[in-house]
Amino acid sequence: MHIPDGFIDVPTSAAFVGLSAVGIGAALKGARTQLDDKTAPLAGLTAVFIFAVQMLNFPVVAGTSGHLIGAALAAVLVGPWAATLALTVVLLMQAFLFADGGLTALGLSVFNMSIIAVWVGYGTFLLIRKILPKNKSSVAIAASIAAAVSVPAAAFGFWIQYVIGATGTFSNSAVFTSMIGVHVLIGIGEAIITGLTVTAVLASRSDLVFGWKNNKNKLEIKNV
Amino acid sequence: MSKNRKFYIGGFIVSLFLAGVVSFYASSSPDGLEKVAGDIGFIETAKDHTLAEGALADYGVKGIENERASVGIAGVIGVIGTAVVAGVFFKIIARKPEKSKG
Repeated sequence: MHIPDGFIDVPTSAAFVGLSAVGIGAALKGARTQLDDKTAPLAGLTAVFIFAVQMLNFPVVAGTSGHLIGAALAAVLVGPWAATLALTVVLLMQAFLFADGGLTALGLSVFNMSIIAVWVGYGTFLLIRKILPKNKSSVAIAASIAAAVSVPAAAFGFWIQYVIGATGTFSNSAVFTSMIGVHVLIGIGEAIITGLTVTAVLASRSDLVFGWKNNKNKLEIKNV
Repeated sequence: MSKNRKFYIGGFIVSLFLAGVVSFYASSSPDGLEKVAGDIGFIETAKDHTLAEGALADYGVKGIENERASVGIAGVIGVIGTAVVAGVFFKIIARKPEKSKG
């Protein structure tokens, strides 16, 4: 969902640069308090892994592909603040090194994927985790559902931007239906990859996983 | 090798493999947004990327004709580049102010 230059007009793109900057500023502050020497390398590895997996477009329906965004995955692994930053690093690398995602559209793409998808994904993760038993497979299931929801959420972000500042004159409702429809399908792939990755990391280094640690902390507090 | 080192090196190698080898097999169909833009018609409003002539534009190394090598090398460069940028960035972020005072 890397937006090319030209889809959205310059004033709207500029406004979203501002909004994204506010979001990144908050994330910098949050990540500073939350990350430590032990978890910072996982934030780096999460960005690397997301970059790699974003290259792997999978077929969705005839003539359409999708790839992981990784927002929910990052939020569960390293927390939402660091996730926003990790996704932003990936988007910057892609735009500047690989000409993937327009430079003037960066604020738009960062807003949809690093902010909306991360926070909707994280919120969904917390909600689902609450109603499931407190074990590792619940964390993986909650992460998968969060991933499935985060992709159409990012698509919804694009739709808002389209309604505000599209340079074309096509029907808003047609864009809405198509964008949400295809991204619900891409969200299934996102859910599978996220679930498998979270399961693998939990199996080897559950002590590093933000979405699992939190769980344990709460239990410890209850036990006291 | 410590458990920590093993985990990070393992994750890095998996990423190198995915970006360097598996990427060749990725679907080349338009992604969700591109497809929607094409179907509805606003794909025409897209402008060429400012850096479309860049050495690694569109995940290929300029001058390398072999597609498998081109995308693979681009992927490896991307993984290493992201590791350096994200690694340094998060290290700085995680630095606690107490330490810098001393």
